[in-house]
Amino acid sequence: MKILVAVKRVIDYNVRVRVRADGSGVETANVKFSMNPFDEIALEEAVRLKESGAATEVIAVSIGPVQAQETLRSALAMGADRAILIQTDEAVEPLAVAKLLAAVARRESVELAILGKQAIDDDANQTGQMLAALLDWPQGTFASKLSIENGHAIVTREIDGGLETIRLALPALITTDLRLNTPRYASLPNIMKAKKKPLEVLTQAELGVDITPRLVTLKVEEPPKRKAGVKVADAAQLFDKLKHEAKVI
Amino acid sequence: MAVLVLAEHDNSVLAAATRNTVTAAAQLATGPVHVLVAGQAASAVAAEAARLSGVEKILLADDAAYAYGLAEPLAALLISLAENYDAILAPATTFGKNVLPRAAALLDVAQISDVTAILSPDTFVRPIYAGNALATVQSTDKRKVITVRTTAFAPAADGGAAIIESLSAAIPVPRSQFVGREVTRSERPDLTAARVVVSGGRGLGSKENFLLMEKLADTLGAAIGASRAAVDAGYAPNDAQVGQTGKIVAPDLYIAVGISGAIQHLAGMKDSKVIVAINKDEEAPIFQLADYSLVGDLFVELPKLCALLSGAQG
Ligand SMILES: Cc1cc2nc3c(=O)[nH]c(=O)nc-3n(C[C@H](O)[C@H](O)[C@H](O)COP(=O)(O)OP(=O)(O)OC[C@H]3O[C@@H](n4cnc5c(N)ncnc54)[C@H](O)[C@@H]3O)c2cc1C
Ligand SMILES: Nc1ncnc2c1ncn2[C@@H]1O[C@H](COP(=O)(O)O)[C@@H](O)[C@H]1O
Repeated sequence: MKILVAVKRVIDYNVRVRVRADGSGVETANVKFSMNPFDEIALEEAVRLKESGAATEVIAVSIGPVQAQETLRSALAMGADRAILIQTDEAVEPLAVAKLLAAVARRESVELAILGKQAIDDDANQTGQMLAALLDWPQGTFASKLSIENGHAIVTREIDGGLETIRLALPALITTDLRLNTPRYASLPNIMKAKKKPLEVLTQAELGVDITPRLVTLKVEEPPKRKAGVKVADAAQLFDKLKHEAKVI
Repeated sequence: MAVLVLAEHDNSVLAAATRNTVTAAAQLATGPVHVLVAGQAASAVAAEAARLSGVEKILLADDAAYAYGLAEPLAALLISLAENYDAILAPATTFGKNVLPRAAALLDVAQISDVTAILSPDTFVRPIYAGNALATVQSTDKRKVITVRTTAFAPAADGGAAIIESLSAAIPVPRSQFVGREVTRSERPDLTAARVVVSGGRGLGSKENFLLMEKLADTLGAAIGASRAAVDAGYAPNDAQVGQTGKIVAPDLYIAVGISGAIQHLAGMKDSKVIVAINKDEEAPIFQLADYSLVGDLFVELPKLCALLSGAQG
């Protein structure tokens, strides 16, 4: 079984993101980028499936600028066997990403695709579900547990009311939630080895996919600021303020 | 413009999030608003939805395939209905987020996720980067597919009298099967709809200590939330996580206890009306957002606060 893992290059989750003064987007110059945290979890899960013998090959795929090669190298260092970059400088929307990933999944005859549930930049939470739709595969989103048994994926999902378990016939799509696993750190020898692993660069044209955006971003602005609060000395003063000033208790 | 709302429910009651979504639908619609109730033996839900004000018609699809809200049959049903509608809306809950993008892709439409404001029939506001920025986006797709951030729209009230129409759509055999559900049982109000939310973080230190949050919640009739760190450590169930990648809440009163205020947490609660933070670290970022900041040891202040609150009630 081949597994496709999609990894996105995003602004690191520790960076305090700033909106550009001209409202055209957020500041990306001199900012640290990393692999989307949910994609690290996706990759870890795929590598574990390979280590357990359930999978034969892990292919990491990214869509983005040339710098996304660094993200793919980290994926290779974590244990992916090879990588594919679909290189573009355009902002690619989830629907177009899903179409590109579907083209790769078909070309590579993968039986399992693991994506993050959400990219922490656009916060869209769409791509995996869209990929499943385009491939006509069953989907197990927001996974906190995954096992492969007799041609099926058994998935425990984090839902608003608790946990849900479903059983999917392979080929299938999984998106990861935070508690699926704890991703490993790449060791130095593996980082060195990753430099020699294959990384193929493709274009959307080669895959025959139209990535023209459907949404036009008219502006990006800062959210309204809250007005400054006050310090209270102790529980008694807090109680008094909540009762008589804020009147919420 | 006609709008279809995908209802969230458990076959017996309509989820509150559906009401907020209907309000957004009414803002967007220039034509009728219909609500799709797909479930098994869900006629009580259809009846409840029919009372929502502003709704003209309920489409009731009753079939075993819809019993558990699986994405595949629901997305197939949605696309079979899509041509009658200019927009399809669902709440941005785990239910809506699971189903709607699948339908959007089948319709070849770019979904607009977590919409917080509707500026015109094709222009919407949505938060990005954990709410650090708000994007105004214009859709060029003919049909709009939208998930609605429920905290940004008031719940639709009762007062309507919609007609209920039964559907008999054929559904493809799903390759996904429901196995089971472990529902977190609680007598407390629903986290996303509660008037008061008290959330605990890593500062609570243990699952036993987290019971202090239960006490606090008892005195206020509050729902209990948690930071990711508290959930990861097993102090609280996963569905209590508030934040960028958990639940979004905006209660009248939010009390954060032993939570540092990472941006990912703030993303889930910063639209609360009144925010209280209790933390022993005066530099904790949560204080930049709090209306009332109590710098102190939670193990000292929380019992005192609970005593005052229960005294006030008794
Ligand atoms: C991809 C991703 C998604 C994430 N999504 C979320 C999310 O949705 N929600 C979320 O919450 N987090 C999320 N996080 C995690 C987030 O970055 C923080 O790690 C987390 O919110 C920290 O939780 P905390 O505040 O409880 O813990 P800490 O940051 O460890 O803070 C504990 C606080 O308790 C205080 N404290 C300790 N003892 C006491 C005491 N006795 N009295 C008073 N105060 C005390 C400390 O001063 C400290 O400020 C996400 C992270 C990533 C990478
Ligand atoms: N440009 C991209 N390159 C690779 N993977 C992506 C890209 N965009 C989205 N994904 C995948 O889709 C998931 C969900 O992203 P989103 O739907 O944008 O929130 C991410 O966690 C990735 O696994």
